[in-house]
Order: sequence, then structure tokens, then C-alpha cells
Amino acid sequence: MSPVIDVHKLSKNFGAVRALDELDLRLEAGEVHGFLGPNGAGKSTTIRVLLGAAKADSGTVRLFGEDPWAEAVRLHRRLSYVPGDVNLWPKITGGEAIDLLVSLRGGADNRRRSELLERFDLDPSRKARTYSKGNRQKVALVAALASDVELLVLDEPTSGLDPLMERVFQDCVREAKAAERTVLLSSHLLAEVETLCDRVTIIRQGRTVQSGALSELRHLARAAVSVVCGKDPSGVALLPGVHDIRRDGERLLFSVEDGALPAVLEHLLPLDIRSFTSTPPTLEELFVHQYSPDAQGARP
Amino acid sequence: MSTEAPSRGQQDGLQGARAAGALAGTGRLFRFALLRDRLRIPLWALALGGLVGYFGAVLPLAYPDQAALQTRAAILKDPSGALLSGPGYGLENYTLGAMLANEVLGVLAVAAALMSIFLVVRHTRAEEESGRAELVRAGVVGRYAPLTAALGALLVANGAVAVILAAAMLGNGLAGADSLALAAGVAAVGLVFGAGAAVTSQLSQSARGATGLSGGALGLAYLLRGIGDAQRVGGSALSWLSPIGWSQQTRAFVDLRWWPLLPSVVLAALLCLAAYLLASRRDLGAGLLAARPGPSRASRALASPAGLVLRLERGSILSWCLGLFAFALLTGSMGQTIVESFEARPELAVVIGGTTGGDALRAALSAFLRYFAMAVAVHAVVTVNRLRREEDSGRTALLLAAGAGRARLLLHCLAVTLAADAVLLLAAGFGLGAGAASAVGPDAGNLALDVTAASLAYLPLVSCFAALAALAYGLRTGSWWVWLILIASLLIGLYGPILRLPETLLDAEPFGLVPSVPSVPLNGTPLVLIGLTALVLLAAAVPAFRRRDLSA
Repeated sequence: MSPVIDVHKLSKNFGAVRALDELDLRLEAGEVHGFLGPNGAGKSTTIRVLLGAAKADSGTVRLFGEDPWAEAVRLHRRLSYVPGDVNLWPKITGGEAIDLLVSLRGGADNRRRSELLERFDLDPSRKARTYSKGNRQKVALVAALASDVELLVLDEPTSGLDPLMERVFQDCVREAKAAERTVLLSSHLLAEVETLCDRVTIIRQGRTVQSGALSELRHLARAAVSVVCGKDPSGVALLPGVHDIRRDGERLLFSVEDGALPAVLEHLLPLDIRSFTSTPPTLEELFVHQYSPDAQGARP
Repeated sequence: MSTEAPSRGQQDGLQGARAAGALAGTGRLFRFALLRDRLRIPLWALALGGLVGYFGAVLPLAYPDQAALQTRAAILKDPSGALLSGPGYGLENYTLGAMLANEVLGVLAVAAALMSIFLVVRHTRAEEESGRAELVRAGVVGRYAPLTAALGALLVANGAVAVILAAAMLGNGLAGADSLALAAGVAAVGLVFGAGAAVTSQLSQSARGATGLSGGALGLAYLLRGIGDAQRVGGSALSWLSPIGWSQQTRAFVDLRWWPLLPSVVLAALLCLAAYLLASRRDLGAGLLAARPGPSRASRALASPAGLVLRLERGSILSWCLGLFAFALLTGSMGQTIVESFEARPELAVVIGGTTGGDALRAALSAFLRYFAMAVAVHAVVTVNRLRREEDSGRTALLLAAGAGRARLLLHCLAVTLAADAVLLLAAGFGLGAGAASAVGPDAGNLALDVTAASLAYLPLVSCFAALAALAYGLRTGSWWVWLILIASLLIGLYGPILRLPETLLDAEPFGLVPSVPSVPLNGTPLVLIGLTALVLLAAAVPAFRRRDLSA
């Protein structure tokens, strides 16, 4: 079976600015794919090219095996899209906006629409001008999820949602996966991607820097550890897999490679631990460690 | 993988066939555009129809006999009269219909053009700028669908205007075919500028830029026909360069001919074609005029609310300034000709409230100065009203949270508005004075300087309107009542003498309260009183703004 999304060496310039620089992205049917990168990395630009809203300068872009710029209309029957920054018509109610978006895609299941409204706790009778950012986001989510489509393109879809609603969203994505839909989930929240995605693509400055199964990615990441001990813990510096040791008052901060944590804990236990936190790395930290100029040599 | 489930294929087979093209979704978007404009379009149509109906009812009272009509016709024979109204035909036997076609058609056409520009930009570039177009286009929506839906709504809006206009004229007992031609002429101008806005919406990356470009073209079109009509009675070659001129050349109610509407139809079609071509080769949200990068650090001048307002408004202030100056220069240079025509026919001088005699030119310039002050008052209200949009978009909250202070914010905005309006008044005054002085020659004396200085006499009144707009903003009542007062003042001031409205009403009209400088000596008392009124309004506006909640 051909991939749902197949982007190869995609480049896109805005004037003198190179937004995408030979970017690669590949999604197989039925997978939930995380699309990661810091602000300005080119996630939204890539999605705009995939939606046929922007034209590729060079490279090949295939959506369901076809050119999204030339065949946008036909392809859009098979996908739904949620932008990260949803702007609605101020005097139009949320319900009207949902119906408009859904009817533009070719109609939807009314039962599913009301079920989603209830799950996302959205009042569809209010005018969009009175909605908060999160509520506007819900409008786009309900409209996207109410249609029976093969591909969901989600561009930072939870950036305005509260944790409860984010959980509802995650359930919806799992249901989509169970229904064998393909999901492209752009995000800069590693935790969200970790819970939902099978595979991820990480981009930076318009280039794909890492792509693969999440388990492969995770071993590249280091956990950030902060510890306060009764006795001097600075000996951990000698352990393999421990990096970036620094002091902040009585607190010792360092990062630990995947797999090195048991040895670190073993070392610290006899030292009268008063507080210990281990934080999985944020995406940004991953970038800092993996792709900062001095780490270039360590790149696989 | 099959591209489509069979059941869905059957369910909307027809829709599927249509959805193949770049126009897919047009019908749905067209209906949505009409839904969004369900109030705006009827209001525009009724306002324009109402204006014509009103004129149709009142003009026979103002010009009861043929002699009165002929005095009116004489004004159009004069270049300055033609400049501000129309080409002038049928003047030998002037009628109510001819008066509408000669003098009112231009105003209606400009209004229809503005309606059309706003409509098309609202449904195309503004949608892209807000990001809503991206959401819509992610559906089964063709590349040309939003533009086509907007042009469809444009057609409906101008159709509605034409129907209501024609109905109003027929209701006044005017000839059927000529009424239709006049109405069609107004709609034709609307279509041309709507189609033009479709092009500027492809060029500029912002809705404001697209509106500005189209508005500039509209101003140029009005100026071209004005100069053209002033050059020769009945219009000259320049008149034929303007879509407004084409519609006026149908000579409705005198010697009706339909073919001058043809160029408008062709031009509108060509502009639409250009818009489609441009739309086909650009990214969604991108403009063909590249947005330049700006400074990465704020200058010292930006570091206050006043600095910010000035920065946001500087483009608008500059274009108002140039526009008013050019128009004033032109009007001023016609002053001497007007005065000469008055000397031949003293009864005409009443129209501009002036007298004949040695100071007739000054009287005429004083009357013109008043018209320009009215335009500046419109600028003041528009500028203060921008505060509402700033607040609705959440930017005001950002400034207040940064410690700007509500009173300071409001006062800074007013201060910038009034400083800008002082400049606008001076520019208009200098334009008038310099234009007139250049026409008169060495005998002009201090004319240019006098008119320039006199223009500032209107600043207290302009402040009053700015403070009124600030009060409406402070109370968050909506600005409709400010516009109502301003437009009523303008209409009474402009048309009151012609329509022979009651003296008490004319005296109460705000612009009439300002002494007609420089033709009469400056009397400071009314100016001080008007200035005090502005202060009182402002003193009410600030606490009102302080007391209320900010909008979301």
C-alpha cells in the first residue's frame, strides 16, 4: 500500500527566507504520526503545502498518491484539518460554523456531531466573538472529527485546551486510530505526542532531523534530574551517561541518558536523599542536547 | 485503497461531479456570504434608495418653478459646479430627473463603490488575513470558490441597490427607462470597483492595504471625472477615463443612451479575470506585494500610547493629508471662476452662503473651507473609533496590563487625532488659499496665508466630534449616534441652503456655528464655547471608560 503522505526533499521559500529546506515526511495508512519541532521550524508551512494552500518550490509532495496543489479539491473529501490558531466569524455561532465547515467537506453524521459537542462541552448557540481560544479550537475539532474521513491533519490542535479537554481530544485520536484513520499530529508538546503517536518526525529549521518510531527517539533523550541530598552527591558526575552537572544552591542539577538512571539512583540512595525529581526532557531540551553545534559530532 | 466508499459516492453524486473543479463549494460559500451580509446589503440599498427618495420629494419644494431650476443649472455650467457634481447636460431645460442624474448620481456611485470594495475585501483578503480562509479551503473547496462567492455577493448587493434605487425613482414619478439607467449606472460603478477590490485583494497581504488601494483608485476616478467635467460642459476626454463618468454619460432623463455602461461591464469582467489569474498562482494568505521587514527595536517615539497611535495611523493620516490638499488646491484654483459667475448672476451666491462684491472670492473660499472641515471631522470620528477595534482584538487589554492607564490611553489617542486633524485642516486651508491665489495672480495679497490660518478656527468643532466619539467609546454605546449627528450636520450644512430648510435648523447646525472665516472677522466667543463643550464631553468620556469592563 502506498503511503498516505509522502513528502520528499520539499523546499519552500518566502522571499529570502528558506522556510522548508529539503524536508522529508512519510505517513503510512493507519498510523498516528507526531510532527515535532520548535516554533518556526516549518510545521505549519509543511501542512499548508499538504493542504494545497501553498505551492512547493521544489521536491515532491504526494497525498494519497496525488499532488495536493493540483488535486486539492478531490483530496479534501478524504481529510479533515484543525489549525492551531482558530479564528471564526464573530457574528456566526459555533454551531453554524461547525455546520458550514462540515457541509463544505460534504456533510456529516448528526449523531456524531451532537455526541462530540457533548464530549467537548461546547455550547453551539453562542456567537464566536464570545468564545475563548479553547472554545474556538473545540469548534474546529468538532467540525473535523464529525466527518468520516481517512486522514486527520491536526496542527497544534490542543494549544488552547484545558487538561480535561485535552484528555477528551486524546480519546478521540485513539478512536480515530481504532477506526484505522491516519493522523498527522503537529505539536511541540512531547508528552502529548508520547501518549498518542506510533512514529514521529522531528524537524528543525525546515529540515527533518529525526524520524522513526517513538521508542527509537526516546533513547536519544535525556531526563533532567534535580536532587538535594544530606551528603555530597557530586560523585554522580563520574557515572556513565550523566551530563551537564551544575549546582543551584544546595540543589544538584544534571541530565541522564536513557538507561543510566538505575545506576544514578543506586549511587544516590545512601546519600540521604531529601528531594529528587526526574523530568523527561522537553522537546526543546532534546534539540539543545542533540542538535546544538557542539553536539553535532555526536549525531548518528 | 479505494478512493471512495460506494455509499458516499451515490449519496452526493451530483455534488461529486461539481466538486471536481476549482469552483467546488462556491454555492455553499455564496450562501454563507449572504448570511453574513444579510443586514449590511439591505441597509446599504435602503440608505441609497432613501437618499434618492428624499431628494425626489424635497427638491421640487426647493425648486418650485423652472426659473429656480435654471438658477441651479447655471451652477453646473460653471467648472467648479461641474467639478463637484457632474458633466452637466440638459441644462437648457433643467428638470428634477436631470438634476438627479447630473448631481446625485456621482455621490450614489461613490457610495455603491465603497459598499462593493468593503464587501469584496471582507469576503476575500480579510478572510485570508484572519486565517479563516485556510480552515474553509481545507474543506472540499476549490481555489476559486471564495473569490467566486464574493463576486456573487457583489452582484447581489449591487443588484439590490439598483432595484431599490429604481423603485425609489419610479415612486417619485420619474420616467421608467431613465430611472433604470441611472440605477444601473450606480450598480455598474459598484461592480467595477468591487471587481477592482478583488484584484487589490490579490496584491496586498492585508485587508486594510487592499481597501486602501481600491479606495485610492476610487478617489482618482472621481477626480478624473471632476476635472474632465470642469473642462467642458457635458464632459471631456478625461471624464471618459472614469467609470463614474461613464455612468453619468448615459444622460438619463435628458437624452438616454445605454452604451456608455458597456465599458463598465467590460472593465469589471477584465478585472475579475485578472483577479482569477492572480489567485491561481499564489499561496493562500500571500500577497503579490511583498511585506517589508520592519525594525527589530522600537524607536523612542514609539514608547508611549501616543507614539503607538501615531505609528498605527501615520499611513492613513498621510493619505488623508495628500488627498485633502490636492482636492483643496483644485477647488481653490476654481474659486475665481465661480466668483465671476456670481457677479453675472447675483442670485447664485446664496447657494454658498456668500455675497457678491469685493470679497466674493473670500466668501466662496470660506464656504469651501467649511466643506473641508466636515471631511476632517469625519477623519476625527473614524480615528477615535479605531479604539473599539483595538479593544475587541484584545490589544487594548495588553497595553493596559502593561501599565498604560485608561485615561492616558484615551487622552493620548485624542491628542494624536487632534494634532493630525490640525495638520489636515492646515493642509486643506493652504491648498484652498494657494490654489485661489495662484489663479488670481499678484493681486491675491495674503490670501493663501489667511485661508490657511482660518482653517484652524474649525479645530474646536472637530475636537467636539472627536470627544463625542470618545464618549461613545467610553460608554460603549456603539458609534451610530455620533455618525447620525455628524451626517445630519453635514447634510444640513451642505444641502440646507439649497433645500431652504428653516433658519433655526440652519443656525443650530454645528458647522454653521463657526464664523465664516476668513470672509468675516474672527469672533472668538463661539470658538471658546465649542472648545468648552469638547472639554465637557471629554470629561464625561474618561470616567465612563474607567468605569466599564473591557470587552473580551
